Amino acid sequence: MSIEELLERYTRRDKLPHIWCPGCGNGIIMGAVIRALDQAGVDQKKTVIVSGIGCSSRAPGYMKFDTLHTTHGRALAYATGVKLARPELKVVVLTGDGDCAAIGGNHLIHAARRNIDLTVVVFNNDIYGMTGGQYSPLTPQGSYATTAPYGTVDRNFDLCELVKAAGGTYVARGTTYHTRMLIDLISAGLGHKGFSFIEVVSQCPMYYGRKNKLASAVAMLEWQKEHAVPVKAAAKLTPEQLKGKFVIGELHREEAPEYTEVYAEVVARARGEEK
Amino acid sequence: MANDRRAQLLSGNEACVRGALAAGVRFFAGYPITPSTEIAEGLAAALPKVGGTFIQMEDEIASMGAVIGASLAGVKAMTATSGPGFSLKQENIGFAAMAEVPCVIVDVQRYGPSTGLPTSPAQGDIMQARWGTHGDHPIIALMPASVRETFDLTVEAFNLAEELRTPVILLLDEIVGHMRERVELPPDESVHVVNRTKPVEDPETFQPYKPGPNLVPPMPAFGDGYHFHVTGLAHDESGFPTGRGQDADRLVRRLHAKIQNRKPPVARAEEWQLEDAEIVVVAAGSVARSARAAVREARVRGIKAGLLRPITAWPFPENEVREAARRAAAMIVPELNLGQIVREVERVSGGETKIVPLNRIDAELITPAEILERIQEVAAHVD
Ligand SMILES: Cc1ncc(C[n+]2csc(CCOP(=O)(O)OP(=O)(O)O)c2C)c(N)n1
Ligand code: SF4
Repeated sequence: MSIEELLERYTRRDKLPHIWCPGCGNGIIMGAVIRALDQAGVDQKKTVIVSGIGCSSRAPGYMKFDTLHTTHGRALAYATGVKLARPELKVVVLTGDGDCAAIGGNHLIHAARRNIDLTVVVFNNDIYGMTGGQYSPLTPQGSYATTAPYGTVDRNFDLCELVKAAGGTYVARGTTYHTRMLIDLISAGLGHKGFSFIEVVSQCPMYYGRKNKLASAVAMLEWQKEHAVPVKAAAKLTPEQLKGKFVIGELHREEAPEYTEVYAEVVARARGEEK
Repeated sequence: MANDRRAQLLSGNEACVRGALAAGVRFFAGYPITPSTEIAEGLAAALPKVGGTFIQMEDEIASMGAVIGASLAGVKAMTATSGPGFSLKQENIGFAAMAEVPCVIVDVQRYGPSTGLPTSPAQGDIMQARWGTHGDHPIIALMPASVRETFDLTVEAFNLAEELRTPVILLLDEIVGHMRERVELPPDESVHVVNRTKPVEDPETFQPYKPGPNLVPPMPAFGDGYHFHVTGLAHDESGFPTGRGQDADRLVRRLHAKIQNRKPPVARAEEWQLEDAEIVVVAAGSVARSARAAVREARVRGIKAGLLRPITAWPFPENEVREAARRAAAMIVPELNLGQIVREVERVSGGETKIVPLNRIDAELITPAEILERIQEVAAHVD
């Protein structure tokens, strides 16, 4: 599909232009999500896009689907209700690193644990964009933020490892630099039955970039290119060689019973017993 | 689960479960907390049998979020909790008010603040029900005083939520939730059930927040093909945020007006022995039971007492209280808190009558004898 066709079919063109800063990664990720939805062949009428609060969480407002812009951190909780009430709907969650890992961290753990059929795309720009550049749980230790004028003290965590450990059954990491790969990763997540999670390393030139002397979006994309290591290549490297780098690609996939399917069995049992 | 006519012994919490089922609930999300847990347990067993869904979420914030999500997906949804959990739900209750998502929140009030006395009764959440979430939101809160009324008001909570697209709070207290009474429930088919109005417009031109004649916008479900947007940001009739103060003003005023202008009024109260009453006891929930007994006894002793029982805590039955205040020499307001309903009584009575609070916060009931004693004291000072 041409860009023009994609825009016409999947975006609310009357809501454009968007609110994002020049060079922001959010538009690239939204574009990848749209292309992935198209590629995976999802039924647009039966797809709901849910987000929390943040710059990234504004994406659903531009997308021509049923869309739900919730409260900060709670997108996964709302999405769980939508999915349980109507399991036939495809439910996609778009969330920021702060939204998903800080205030929403507990919901992330439990949604993954349930292996409920949601596809989560995290816009990880390493910072709180919307509130003006405070550090998030994913801000690399030692980097600068408006609330870390001397560098962050907190250790940052690896969300993909967290989701895998919690029971998520499809886990991947992409970047806004490797867009073709990103579309494929999201599309594979959409096709996976169960909790699928895609972390996207992105850029906020406005705050993370400025605070950390990476003033241009281009410099930040180049940083991604230099520091991302594809899964296959990473397998051949020692932890020492991987230091300071991050791994991209499909990181984990397994088959496990999906929550709404198991609940449907509960319903069948409960109704059978009543007879 | 068919409700049959035979009399049965039920607790308030069980009656709430039965009322919810009669009203057509199909989704419950919650987190265990005394003294509300029997509602979750009852629905965990009952919902799968009617093809509905129960889930125990990781906390009350998540429960409230899931309830809103389920309602937007087109099913009647509820949660139940008590004080600490009610506090956690507040931000998302505000979302439901702003985005006009029908849902029912049961708060079985227990003794606070904080963890307080978890198994003891109180009526300390009346103001939290009104003002717990931030901003100038409207709210409906119902306060049953008996097991049978808990059934009826649970149904009404769903009906009001669906009709007015708004969160409705059912304020039980530990006494009403846990006491057992012999009740006869109406057969399911005789229960009046209201469902949200769905839009008939073409999805292309549909404005999801364009109000109907009753100021309530018709509501599609996710998956119906309308491709609508739902947000807690101030929005215009298209449902999208505009950032304009005038749009926010129009929206928030309409949210209030749809409840205030509803005919018949949402606000209501039971009036008992009020025609000639000189001393009016204003009491709600479990306290109204003692108040009724006290009024009865006062009448036996020749004191013209009456009972005014708010059935809706919110909107507060202002007209009823104002009218009674105009005629009464004094109003006694017993409550299981340090004075929440009494503030409303003072506000609407506008100095027309003497107002006497009666408060208990030692985790015990207010007895009929205590209220009677207060009635007698007050009677001794009015001519
Ligand atoms: C309960 C609550 N706390 C705080 C905020 C303020 N707030 C809005 S967005 C945000 C952080 C967003 O950061 P992130 O999730 O990383 O998204 P980004 O803006 O970077 O895309 C915060 C703290 C809020 N809206 N609600
Ligand atoms: S502040 Fe950062 S994340 Fe937000 S729009 Fe601007 S560049 Fe993007």
